[in-house]
Amino acid sequence: MAIPVLLAVATMTFFLIKLAPGGPFDAEKAVSPQVLKNLNEVYNLDASQWEQYTDYMSGIVRGDFGPSFKYPGRSVTEMIGIGLPITFELAIYAILIALVIGVFSGVLAALKRNTLLDFIPMAIAMIGICVPTFLMGPLLVLIFGINLEWLPVAGWGQLAGDKILPSVTLGFAYAAYIARLSRGGMLEVLNQDFIRTARAKGLTETMVVIKHAMQGGLIPVVSFLGPAIAGLLAGSFVVETIFQIPGLGRFYVEAALNRDYTMILGTTIFFSAMIVFFNLLSDLAALWLNPRSRDVS
Amino acid sequence: MKNLYLAFTVVIFMSACSSSISPVDDGLDKQIFHFGNGSEPQGIDPHIVTGVPEHHLLISLCEGLTSSNPNGGQNLPGAAESWDISEDGTVYTFYLQKNGKWSNGDALTAHDFAWSWQRLLTPSLGSQYPDMLYYVKGASDFHNGITDNFNDVGVEVVDDYTFRVHLNNSTPFFLGLLSHYSTWPVHKETVLKHGTIDDRNGQWTRPGNFVCNGPFNLKSWELNSRIVVEKNPLYWDSNVVQLNEIHYYPVQNVMTEDRMFRAGQLHLTSTLPSQKCPVYIEENNPDLRVDPYMGTYFYRLNTKNPVLTDVRVRKALAFAIDRKKLVEKVTKCGQIPAYSFTPPGSAGYEPDTVIPFNPELAKQLLVEAGYGPGNEFPKLEILFNTNEDHRKLALAIQQMWQQNLGVDIVLVNQDWKVYLAREMIGDFQVSRAGWIGDYEDPNTFLDTLRPNRGNNKTGWENQDYDLLIEQANSENNQDVRYELLRQAENILIDEMPIIPLYTYVKSYQLSSDVKGYYPNYLDHHHPKYIYLERD
Repeated sequence: MAIPVLLAVATMTFFLIKLAPGGPFDAEKAVSPQVLKNLNEVYNLDASQWEQYTDYMSGIVRGDFGPSFKYPGRSVTEMIGIGLPITFELAIYAILIALVIGVFSGVLAALKRNTLLDFIPMAIAMIGICVPTFLMGPLLVLIFGINLEWLPVAGWGQLAGDKILPSVTLGFAYAAYIARLSRGGMLEVLNQDFIRTARAKGLTETMVVIKHAMQGGLIPVVSFLGPAIAGLLAGSFVVETIFQIPGLGRFYVEAALNRDYTMILGTTIFFSAMIVFFNLLSDLAALWLNPRSRDVS
Repeated sequence: MKNLYLAFTVVIFMSACSSSISPVDDGLDKQIFHFGNGSEPQGIDPHIVTGVPEHHLLISLCEGLTSSNPNGGQNLPGAAESWDISEDGTVYTFYLQKNGKWSNGDALTAHDFAWSWQRLLTPSLGSQYPDMLYYVKGASDFHNGITDNFNDVGVEVVDDYTFRVHLNNSTPFFLGLLSHYSTWPVHKETVLKHGTIDDRNGQWTRPGNFVCNGPFNLKSWELNSRIVVEKNPLYWDSNVVQLNEIHYYPVQNVMTEDRMFRAGQLHLTSTLPSQKCPVYIEENNPDLRVDPYMGTYFYRLNTKNPVLTDVRVRKALAFAIDRKKLVEKVTKCGQIPAYSFTPPGSAGYEPDTVIPFNPELAKQLLVEAGYGPGNEFPKLEILFNTNEDHRKLALAIQQMWQQNLGVDIVLVNQDWKVYLAREMIGDFQVSRAGWIGDYEDPNTFLDTLRPNRGNNKTGWENQDYDLLIEQANSENNQDVRYELLRQAENILIDEMPIIPLYTYVKSYQLSSDVKGYYPNYLDHHHPKYIYLERD
């Protein structure tokens, strides 16, 4: 299914971006018709739409996403290659932070249901879901970067500690979701018969929770992780902008604003592939964790 | 939970201990200038790129025949140590520095300039600034394919160190044009090693490949993160250069840039969040700079639109705007009300045009144009690109036109590229616009509104205006020339295809440790004069 999906995404994106008004060479200081003609020739934009489409698709088959219109001398493949590892690293840190905080708070809240240890983490989780990253980021920067002067306020890998604030900012929003999902999943599992059996067999509460309850209780979290990682990759634009991180998210959004056709196409196809891949991965992981699904299959 | 919080606190403290000295303080000791550069440069090929961040970078890497004066005004010697101008002003002879070198040690010669200008004018390169050289004999014909023989272009290599240029007419601002990077040289062997003369995507601009003749060399380039240039020991005037490195940061988000400055990560910001400017002015922020800038913010009127074909309507709209109020209550950062298209004081040029704020006269003009009871003025649209500052200004003007003229105004907010596309095809009534001078001369403004200029976009054509500019550009006597330009500007304001609103200022933050950075009209700051010293 993945190949037809990606083919459809590439085709639709190709024709949709051509429908958007404005072109890659429009600028406040307008270029002369002669210069525009020259540029269109250089980038094959004077050919028919169909010819451009077939050229582009045959390029993709060879792994060539074409040159960037906005950044002469740079290929789209190269730019994705530069931005992706950074966005991926940010996403990994964020998801780790989200998992540690989210699962810990969620499990704790489920075990201490209707106590302060349930209400407080869940209230914080609700705040995390409600507060957008464009507010959370500058707030953390103001406290830890400017007032306390503990951490750099921007950059990625240039100054010691400059990866902490963006990772926490991005991770916090996802931690909130994971906390609520883990709590819900755990509550459901903790009332099941096999948990009662485990306790009756004399297992310690810690063993019951870790070995038996968490395996089933965290299935919603695992299912959430696939789309979450894909979402983190594609949606890290805001955090990348706030913290001046040279990731792929910034290329993606700026390409759309600049009408950098090849870059829009390249990043869209790439992110689509990521979403397909991580969804597949999370389905497989959920299948592995849930014995009932395995039996059905 | 407690353990987790503890772990976080420890991590934070550990990193705090390791980053006790800020880049700005560190830079002071090592003469490393941390430069907020706005956005990621498109590239560093001077014949391909356009834009201000690109200029900031190129001025450190390459050098034209002349170089920008750090205090503004007349250009200083650059790759050329001196020059002669013929009596009729049409022949310029440049004498190159005998010790001029490329960063790889090759001698910089007149042949390099001839080849570079040929490259700029090669149609298949698709350069966006070939018109900078259209004043040179035959240049326009070569670029437009009328001739493919570069020998027909008025560029002459007299000897290795003498470069002569023949112009169509006396062009008094020609030396000013040479401070634009499109006229700067590129290293032929390096370009051809990585591509052809017309290859836009050649790899010659990459670190390790790049060769140029400026005071700094390209050291590293991390896309969207940082570009580092280091002092070029082979530069002909390297004794003057005090900085060891410049780190350019492409910080597009102005709030992030402001925070980086406050946290000691930058010596200089490219701009200032507009809402912070009045706050910093009130607080007497010692790092705030508000300098004159050669730019005009104006509204463009589509004179082909049936509502705006009547000059009385255009004047009524212009006379109903209180510019003083706009700069005091809306922009609030030292902008100057504009009553001419050319900013006053451009290379000593003082326009004498008048645009009164006179709502009564404005109303009367609308009545004379046939609008009044029984024939209400139709709704008018103001087109602007998505930006909070443009929106605020448009709201203020909407209110002024509604109050003073009783005209209904609709604000149309569009994405940048959609806005540009609509302007280009004339699908607008009133649109916001800005123009920044490319060189210090009134021509850089007035030329744009001549007929058939791509940046006119108003549909307005006036043969008298065109003729006056033509005459002015062939006139050697500056007083006579400026008088001709003043006459042209009076025609422009009398016909009002554009409504000037305010003259720009350049607002930014600069660390007091930065020396040799002087305000100038074009905002050209040659890094060879900049150094860092504790205030």
